[in-house]
Amino acid sequence: MKFGRIFSRGIVFDNPVYVQLLGMCPTLAVTNSAKNALGMGLATTAVLIGSNMVISLIKKLIPSRIRIPAFVVVIATFVTIVGMLMKAFLPDLDKALGIFIPLIVVNCLILARAESFASKQTVFPSAIDGAGMGLGFTIALVILGIVRELLGAGTIFGMTILGEFYQPARIMTQAPGAFLALGLLLALFNKITSKELNEL
Amino acid sequence: MSVSSIFLILVSSILVNNFILSRFLGICPFFGVSKQVETAFGMGMAVTFVMALASLLTYIIQHLILIPLKLEYLQTIAFILVIAALVQFVEMVIEKTSPTLYQSLGVYLPLITTNCAVLGLTLINIQMKFNLIEAVIHAIGAAIGFSLAIVLFAAIRERLELYDVPEVFKGFPIALITASLMSLAFLGFAGLV
Repeated sequence: MKFGRIFSRGIVFDNPVYVQLLGMCPTLAVTNSAKNALGMGLATTAVLIGSNMVISLIKKLIPSRIRIPAFVVVIATFVTIVGMLMKAFLPDLDKALGIFIPLIVVNCLILARAESFASKQTVFPSAIDGAGMGLGFTIALVILGIVRELLGAGTIFGMTILGEFYQPARIMTQAPGAFLALGLLLALFNKITSKELNEL
Repeated sequence: MSVSSIFLILVSSILVNNFILSRFLGICPFFGVSKQVETAFGMGMAVTFVMALASLLTYIIQHLILIPLKLEYLQTIAFILVIAALVQFVEMVIEKTSPTLYQSLGVYLPLITTNCAVLGLTLINIQMKFNLIEAVIHAIGAAIGFSLAIVLFAAIRERLELYDVPEVFKGFPIALITASLMSLAFLGFAGLV
């Protein structure tokens, strides 16, 4: 019912990437392979759930004038924790994502959820909202990662999908491919949603 | 520290490793503030100022406070706080000294805090082990590259308004494809350094 709606909203109707167009830097930068996209998505989800919960707990203690710096400190703390855990347990992924792990701090998606949801709600809905939005973000990144990896290297998650006959279009894993793939996916998303609206 | 290495850092940060088109830093203002050339230019100037000051301050904090006290793990938190305070400070100074400039920059000033180009720049400075002068030169180069890309993009988008774009591509998708072509053009500079 209610919690179900809070959770599912982030995945399709309010998808952070395809609908709200938030968090564009990591979306474009780390989706050169499906694996990197999944890692980035999950790291962001962890930060989002943690920061949403803490902010909803301490919302009454924060004077509203300095709430943004206070939110940023909470988010930065969780980013540091996630960064240290990744360095310890997933060093390869940490290297591949590079400075985009500390840059989760300035992902507009997390601050937007803190400001528009967690600072007005109690702990449990905030955690659900973080999980839903994080999952929506992860799915969006993985879709983009799969498209780029398939076209750019002929593989998905490192497994060969397109055989010898396919000449990989290397450009798709480089910078121009990121903009191009996201542009085309957004157009496709617009096409699908506008068709659904017409049929209603 | 020679003239040629300064030149190398400048060329590589403006053209080869352009912050927007090849490193993907500062994408939000790139799409958000690029509808008109004038505002794009104002944003570019404000970012230049903040970037140069931020790289100076974070260098001092990293080498005089964090490293001697072995607190490197607090880097992210310390840097974002410095940038937030700096943006606030710049906002206050501009408001007092030049109200006209303050008015024309408007909401874009506070938004620089969450511009990942600024935090990204300070982290890259540390990662590349730049000294103080190199860090500031790198900041200026990165900011020029940022301004160049955003102003060029705004000029293209102003013209794009007049063309008949397919319905599903209107707005963001066509902007992304335009950026893709610009990025392709900038890829051509890769052989320079």
